[in-house]
Amino acid sequence: MPAEVVIIGGGVGGTLTANLLDKELGRDVHVTVVDPTGMHVYQPGFLYVALGQANGRWLARDERTLLRPRVDLVVEGAERIDPEGRVHLERGGSIPFDHLIMATGARLVPERVPGLVEGAHHFYSLEGALRLRESLRTFDGGRILVGVAGIPYKCPPAPLEFVLMLEDHLRRRGIRARTEITFLSPLNRAFTIESASEVIQPILERRGIKLETFFNVETVEPSAGVVTSLEGDKAEYDLLVLVPPHAGQAVVEASGLGGPGGWIPTDRNTLQHRDHEQILALGDATDLPISKSGSTAHFEAPVVASRIASQVHGTTPRATYGGRVMCFLETGGGRTTVLRFDYEHPPAPPQPSRLWHVAKWMFNRLYWVTVPQGRIPERASRKEQP
Amino acid sequence: MAVEVQDLMKVERRIDARGMPCPGPLMSLIGAIRESSVRDVIEVLSSDEGSKTDIPAWVEKAGHELVAVVTEDGYTRFFVRKAR
Repeated sequence: MPAEVVIIGGGVGGTLTANLLDKELGRDVHVTVVDPTGMHVYQPGFLYVALGQANGRWLARDERTLLRPRVDLVVEGAERIDPEGRVHLERGGSIPFDHLIMATGARLVPERVPGLVEGAHHFYSLEGALRLRESLRTFDGGRILVGVAGIPYKCPPAPLEFVLMLEDHLRRRGIRARTEITFLSPLNRAFTIESASEVIQPILERRGIKLETFFNVETVEPSAGVVTSLEGDKAEYDLLVLVPPHAGQAVVEASGLGGPGGWIPTDRNTLQHRDHEQILALGDATDLPISKSGSTAHFEAPVVASRIASQVHGTTPRATYGGRVMCFLETGGGRTTVLRFDYEHPPAPPQPSRLWHVAKWMFNRLYWVTVPQGRIPERASRKEQP
Repeated sequence: MAVEVQDLMKVERRIDARGMPCPGPLMSLIGAIRESSVRDVIEVLSSDEGSKTDIPAWVEKAGHELVAVVTEDGYTRFFVRKAR
């Protein structure tokens, strides 16, 4: 009998893990991916949609086309998980498992900040990005605020990329001189990681983008065009772009598998649930103190697949995750820098260059035929224990 | 007998953020401040070096009160009173 592996979530982590398990274990495993939409969305593309540089069509594909033929796909939401071995689905059915992988991702909870739904734009969904693109199209100068309404959030560099690319966009349209741009940061610097802030802050300054630090968004008043911070400051806007607060998925909380914020308590090296060793978690769903990004899931997936393969073969799992992440950070003007780091080594981002810009451009285009299938070398992402 | 900081005030909430990298301890404090009442004291334990500057700077900016900072072996304890 093949081992039954159920993966909840068909994003980067879920899809890649499913394909790696099928490739590595063949007929010793039967993998089922459960996903509520059956569509795989390339979320880094939302940024380009918002700025009118791409349309939404290339951002979503049928998940079935990305999975190896023997992997089953169930297009339905998971309602509740019995950690002892069964996933209950929304329409009443259930699937048994020997191994469960939580690749459930994060959800947006903009309603947790009063006024944010009505008063702010974002580019963290296709609908949000299209709505923002429309508002930018008719924007003719004034005050733009760009910021973050809660930590943690997906793709930490994205709001900075947006503000720098927005500055470019307004310059090209000839309305930069009559637009004031301010970046609101919840911390006392522009970015969570200090070494990256040291590269980015001088760029913000050169581009005339004001940086307002320690601004933790408390409320938005759309009628007055004012954002208020927990620290007691107010900022006025004509156009407001805020990354909404994020939380773990409802199924995590409904199953009693979540910690604060609905994030899954996960061992930082083995990626096992801290209370249920037969459950592994990866990607945005975990409570690990690293970037919530596709890159993180990409580097975690081989570790999860290898650990389950070892268990299926009756050997001791040895692969561990060392916190490896690699993110591009586009700084506008056709230049990009790159953040590469792990638990032990903070990033030392190079000065933005055209070379990294080309690399990001190529990655965006090659994503569909490389990452979900595991065609990008991942050797460096896993560390075998002695 | 040595008098401990926590003997001098009632600590309403204790956040053990040891092992959490920056900005985790500060964001945990900010989350706790949101949920606390005025005058409550929150204790944050952090082993991150950055907290030694980030936490006092945020407390001052946000108008709260840093009641005490105690250096222990390998970590620091911050006692913050919500002032408004």
